[in-house]
Amino acid sequence: MMPSEPKLDLLQGTLDLMVLQTLATLGPQHGYGIARRIEQVSGDAILLNQGTIYASLVRLQQRGWIAAEWGTSDNNRKAKFYSITKSGRKQLSTDMSYWQRLTGVIGRVLAMQDEGEN
Amino acid sequence: MTFSFRESLLRLHAFARKKPLDRDLAEELASHLQFAIEENIQNGMSPQEAERQARISFGGPQQSKETHRESRGLPYLDTLLRDIRYTLRTLWRDRAFAAIAILILGLGIGANIAVFSIVNTLLLRPLPFANSNQLAWLDSNRGVGGLSAITYTIDVYDEYAKQNRSFEQVTAYMPFFGSGDYSLTGRGEPLALTGIMVDWNFFQTLGIKPEYGRAFLPGETAKGAYHVIILDNAFWRQHFNSDLSILNQSVTLNHESYTVVGIMPPSFDFGAAFAPGQRMEFFVPYFWDDIRQWGNTVFIIGRLKPGATVQSAQSEADLLMPQMRAAHKDWYNDYPTRVSSLSAHVRGKLRSSLIVLWSAVGLILLIVCVNLANLLFARSAARSKEFATRTALGAGRSRIIAQLLTESAVLSTAGALLGMVFAYGIVSFVARQATLALPLLSSMKIDGATLLWAIAITAFAALLFGLAPGILIASANLRTGLASSSRGATDGKHFHGLRSLLVISEVALACVLLVGAGLLLRSFLRVLDVDLGFQPSQAAALKISYDDNGDRAHRVPILQEILRRVQRIPGVEAAGISDMLPLGRNRSWGFQAVGRAYSPDDFTGAYVRIVTPGYIPAMGMHLREGRDFSWTDDRPDTQQSVIINEAAAKLHWPGQDPLGKEVEGFTERGKTATVIGVISDVRQNSLEDASTPEMFLSYAQSGPEGSELIVRTKLPPEVLGPTLARTMREYSPDQPVGEFRPLQRIVDSSTSPRRFFVLLVGSFATLGLILAALGIYGVISYMVTRQRQEIGIRMALGASRGNVVFGVVNRTLRLAFIGIAIGAVVSFVAGKWISSLLFQTEPGDPMTFVVMLVVFASVALLAGYLPAQRASRVDPLVALRYE
Repeated sequence: MMPSEPKLDLLQGTLDLMVLQTLATLGPQHGYGIARRIEQVSGDAILLNQGTIYASLVRLQQRGWIAAEWGTSDNNRKAKFYSITKSGRKQLSTDMSYWQRLTGVIGRVLAMQDEGEN
Repeated sequence: MTFSFRESLLRLHAFARKKPLDRDLAEELASHLQFAIEENIQNGMSPQEAERQARISFGGPQQSKETHRESRGLPYLDTLLRDIRYTLRTLWRDRAFAAIAILILGLGIGANIAVFSIVNTLLLRPLPFANSNQLAWLDSNRGVGGLSAITYTIDVYDEYAKQNRSFEQVTAYMPFFGSGDYSLTGRGEPLALTGIMVDWNFFQTLGIKPEYGRAFLPGETAKGAYHVIILDNAFWRQHFNSDLSILNQSVTLNHESYTVVGIMPPSFDFGAAFAPGQRMEFFVPYFWDDIRQWGNTVFIIGRLKPGATVQSAQSEADLLMPQMRAAHKDWYNDYPTRVSSLSAHVRGKLRSSLIVLWSAVGLILLIVCVNLANLLFARSAARSKEFATRTALGAGRSRIIAQLLTESAVLSTAGALLGMVFAYGIVSFVARQATLALPLLSSMKIDGATLLWAIAITAFAALLFGLAPGILIASANLRTGLASSSRGATDGKHFHGLRSLLVISEVALACVLLVGAGLLLRSFLRVLDVDLGFQPSQAAALKISYDDNGDRAHRVPILQEILRRVQRIPGVEAAGISDMLPLGRNRSWGFQAVGRAYSPDDFTGAYVRIVTPGYIPAMGMHLREGRDFSWTDDRPDTQQSVIINEAAAKLHWPGQDPLGKEVEGFTERGKTATVIGVISDVRQNSLEDASTPEMFLSYAQSGPEGSELIVRTKLPPEVLGPTLARTMREYSPDQPVGEFRPLQRIVDSSTSPRRFFVLLVGSFATLGLILAALGIYGVISYMVTRQRQEIGIRMALGASRGNVVFGVVNRTLRLAFIGIAIGAVVSFVAGKWISSLLFQTEPGDPMTFVVMLVVFASVALLAGYLPAQRASRVDPLVALRYE
């Protein structure tokens, strides 16, 4: 299970983006589901204390990007389910294009450094 | 961190609903763990291992709750509330300290709030008239002299109103009113009322409308017009029970019928602005033609045109008045006019007193802050371990300073609340001092501006006495921390020196206050000591009226009869009548020695009092030469007699005997009057101004302005008053129920502003002295406690109790004397600054300084002696074992 490389620390704001994306693709999920999903997708490469996801969830909720409701899970357990709202989807697309531009720029800058070293 | 509006609301909401939200989160986290455990079990772990792994990947549950709270609520507010709770807990544990601190702050802040509302009412707030900054006041004779010198004739007023280009509108009122001039009859008991004659546009110019009815109309000042009257609101409420049906009804004043046309709003108080300490009961338009020949009778008030200023009106008047005089040779003089803003006229004289008062309370606030800083130092010494522990547990310097600031904020807020209560008491007490001759006082209240000021000084105090010690303590903690012995981190020389410095500055500040108050008190005592020229004790005045048809021959037997009846009353030692009492209203007439050439610059006016025989002895005035008036020698048909004061004698007959000399100026054309007596000078307008020439004429030979009966008696006025009133009523049933006023009250009213300021500054100085004494006591007492061991050792080595006491007292006095020395120097400078408020007292008055020194030294001695006494009782054995 343990990857050989050290785990990645999350950059400010990236957890919110991952939570939004997870809810957008999977539909309504409870906190544990979201946390597990992020771990799985990242191939357990991210250092995520699952507990920190709740701070992100309440923040997104207050901004009106996700909604929460108590419900019952498949195995008949009471859980709070989160779903993305309309303004959440809008925010997701804004954040996503911002993130892609940023990674693109960072990638190019780093590539330039590589050339310089050679 | 900035939040959107929606988010701020939600955060505030979350902050308020902490408990349910936490419960909700706890449930959610529990279900999270269950999901994780189930999944782990499905993956083949043992139940224990499954739970262990689930908890590992979840992370710290407390941390998770913390971050949840931070991202949903208001973390700063949380911290603040925690700090406040903590502060309240620690203050409760240290109740004695908290109570003293809050009491001191309450006194300091309360005094500041109260004085601010006085300053605000008397000095800062606009006058209670519409656009009051456009209103200007005109004094003749550049404002120098008695009422007759600084007023205008109706002719001058008329002409000026026509010709000036500065004012949109000018109006006038007649200041020669006396209290109780009018008697209201036909409505129950006859009443003595005080009213004022104004021009028809008086209220219009001030921008005030009657609350009910109407203002005066232009025609109502013309001779022969119907008599109309407007009532003051308070008078209407009291005597007509707020009955509106009085409108358009008639009332009888001095046997003439007046129709009530209006009632003023409660906010309008003529006396508050124009005649401090007096209440007007009604307003009537004056009939110009009746008083046109009476000489100078009115003050002029104007509303400036847009663009015109007091300065431009002044320049215009400087040109216009001489021009007008040139066209009217019969005018008395050029009327050299001084134009000032109405606000400056009403408040000008008070400005410096109020600023001194304000500075005095400012000093009190500083002393309070220094005192509190000192107390907090002492307290933090005892708490140094607590701070060290908190630092060790990870609290940063800023957290500890924030905690200390929270403490000072909580203390000063509590102090401010207490201060509000004090201030409210003081303000409502002062506002009720109707006899206090200060303008606008009745409108005093704690208003929005006062509240803002209270908040500002509270914050200022909290920062001042909280921040300085806070920073020092916090930095000291980081250095010494837990390593220090149980004596605490603030025991070092550094802190002791600082506390001594605080005490020294406190003593110096209190010194300045004490000297200032001492100088004012001494001035006040000097004022009280002034030779009035009459004896106010055991004499009282009663306003009387009688019907003589304005005929001198008719008047004599009436007055003789009144005086005969009054003198028959048991207990009456002397009685006499005058038309105007000293220290009240006044008028002056021309007065020249016959045959002497005067240059146009010579002052040839004199105050006039019309009196009966017996008035001079009844007042306790001193006849230096000649004789009093008599009914037999001074008759309407004999040569007019005049009694003058020494000032007139010196001015007109320097080095000669004035008795038998002829005078003119006030006499009928072609006639003269003979000086028959000289009296010692009487203070005419105020106790503080030297007397100017004054003449006394007989009722039998001149026209009086009303009548005041003076009775000299050993009986208290309450006892004699009713008998006197009955005697007067028997004689004339229309006699209104006047008040029998002790002369002392008239004198007191004249000194009341000075008494008021001395009382306030004196209480502040006493407060400052007490606070300084507390400061000294605190520091010395603390020092003694800290040095118990040392004292014990010295005593074990043979030091006597006397040695120990001497040592401690010596150190106290050294602290005090440094403070006194600094304070004395500052006081000397401050004394110069207030010299305009002093009366016959030098700013460097040695007596005041010596008394201050003695008072302070004895207070310091006491403050040092008590802890010294305690130190000397130290048992060496116990002290050595201590700690």
